[in-house]
Amino acid sequence: MALRRRRRARPVLSTVLPGGALPPPSALELERRAWRTRRARRSTLVALASTLLFAVVAYLAVTRSPGWPRVQATFFSPSAALDALPEIAEGLLVNLQVLVVGGLLVLLVGLGTAALRTLRGPAWAPLRILATVYVDLFRGIPLIIVLYLVGFGFPALGLQGVPTSPFVLGTAAIVLVYSAYVAEVFRAGIESVHPSQRAAARSLGLTHRQTMRIVVLPQALRTVTPALLNDFVALQKDVGLISVLGAIDAVRSAQIQVGQTFNFTPYVVAGLLFVLLAVPSARLADAVTARARRRQQSGSLL
Amino acid sequence: MSVLELRNIVKAFGSNVVLRGVDLAVDEHRVVALIGGSGSGKSTLLRCASLLETVDDGQVLLDGEDVTDPRVDADRVRRRMGVVFQAYNLFPHLSVLDNVTLAPTAVHGRPRAEAVEEARGLLARIGLADKAAEYPDRLSGGQQQRVAIVRALAVRPRVLLLDEVTSALDPELVGEVLALVREVAGQGMTIVMATHEMGFARQVADTVAFLDGGVLLESGPPAQVLGEPEHPRTRQFLARVIDAGRL
Repeated sequence: MALRRRRRARPVLSTVLPGGALPPPSALELERRAWRTRRARRSTLVALASTLLFAVVAYLAVTRSPGWPRVQATFFSPSAALDALPEIAEGLLVNLQVLVVGGLLVLLVGLGTAALRTLRGPAWAPLRILATVYVDLFRGIPLIIVLYLVGFGFPALGLQGVPTSPFVLGTAAIVLVYSAYVAEVFRAGIESVHPSQRAAARSLGLTHRQTMRIVVLPQALRTVTPALLNDFVALQKDVGLISVLGAIDAVRSAQIQVGQTFNFTPYVVAGLLFVLLAVPSARLADAVTARARRRQQSGSLL
Repeated sequence: MSVLELRNIVKAFGSNVVLRGVDLAVDEHRVVALIGGSGSGKSTLLRCASLLETVDDGQVLLDGEDVTDPRVDADRVRRRMGVVFQAYNLFPHLSVLDNVTLAPTAVHGRPRAEAVEEARGLLARIGLADKAAEYPDRLSGGQQQRVAIVRALAVRPRVLLLDEVTSALDPELVGEVLALVREVAGQGMTIVMATHEMGFARQVADTVAFLDGGVLLESGPPAQVLGEPEHPRTRQFLARVIDAGRL
């Protein structure tokens, strides 16, 4: 590094003291900081006051409405909620199972489909086309129609070995639809990795597969994690749709109880349970997104 | 026999013809500097030589073997060349050490322990032994580019292709990268480098080749091409470089 040694020392431009310690703040800076603190405190107070005011107004508007006593008794009955809770919670376990099994399968099928779509070369054309058709088809059909077709169509074939359990068929339908979405998320991630990364990997002699596995996919996964978590939050509530096939999940349990008591509170209970399930995932998605943004801002061009 | 020989290389992107039949032979232990303005085809020529682009005509011969033959496995050929890019192109999700050991282990199947030992040796030589566990974005541009050079050297290539390796660097970081290139050249590595650093080309290169509009207008010893250029286009180019204070 002879060239480097020959270079002149850089002139010192900053006012940072030797040893890296900051000089004590000037009176001007202290005054600015005090002003910022005062302003932040005032903003918090204003926000609190306006939130409270809004809550009070909303509460009064709803509870003073003429139909409120009936609505309260039909939708927000504490006793009906308590009665319904155990069975709905039990049903929610079914939803959770679909969520876990389905979620994992969606990741696998989605990644596989995305990988098929990025294949090049004429030999892979049939698989590439198949993957494209699959994604186009299942992104277009409403989930509930897929549920009906898979849930009632497959058993109707009467084939040996075709499962008839609404749990299995419902999961299959959800996996079919969500994998199509997730495949597109993965593909966007793969394409977001800069071509120069591929060039660097190929120039080292890595094969297409090695380049994909070692260089492209790890970077793509990092990019798409927030989007994947977002899809996971959506999946969490859509697993409730398997109730249309007759699986005794949280929604179906609520429906049964509504039918018995003519009180709609169980639906509210089931809805609240799904919300409770979704909140942590949503917060996690936010946190991961924020972290990814920070990484990107601190990182280099690549 | 030349280590790398380019014969009548033609390359077009759509209707834009970038290379119009370039011939260049690089003998072992020689350093060839490609000079020329932006868009003259320097980078494209290097990308064709490293098989990152498919040539539209002509041949690339590596140790006498025609590697542009479609029956040749391009992955195997690329293992025998090292490429360093203008924007470093380190893998941001891998540590410095993993960047350097990736090709020796994944491509050449060498034992990890051995590859790590050699990589640490190489990093120590460029004064970055203590950065082995860091990720590339924690390094300065000059440090990243030196790691990229070491990464290319770790596969023990027959020829090193350097594509404007200092163009993305702050002026004060250019020196450390050029010093490394000089050292590598001094150890006998065969090098083809596209560069705007005329002073460096004059000192280090055995041959300077001037590309203009996709044609190799003249080539020869640096003193001749940079000192007494024959072709008017070369003189014009060098005059502009001198005006810009780069020579």
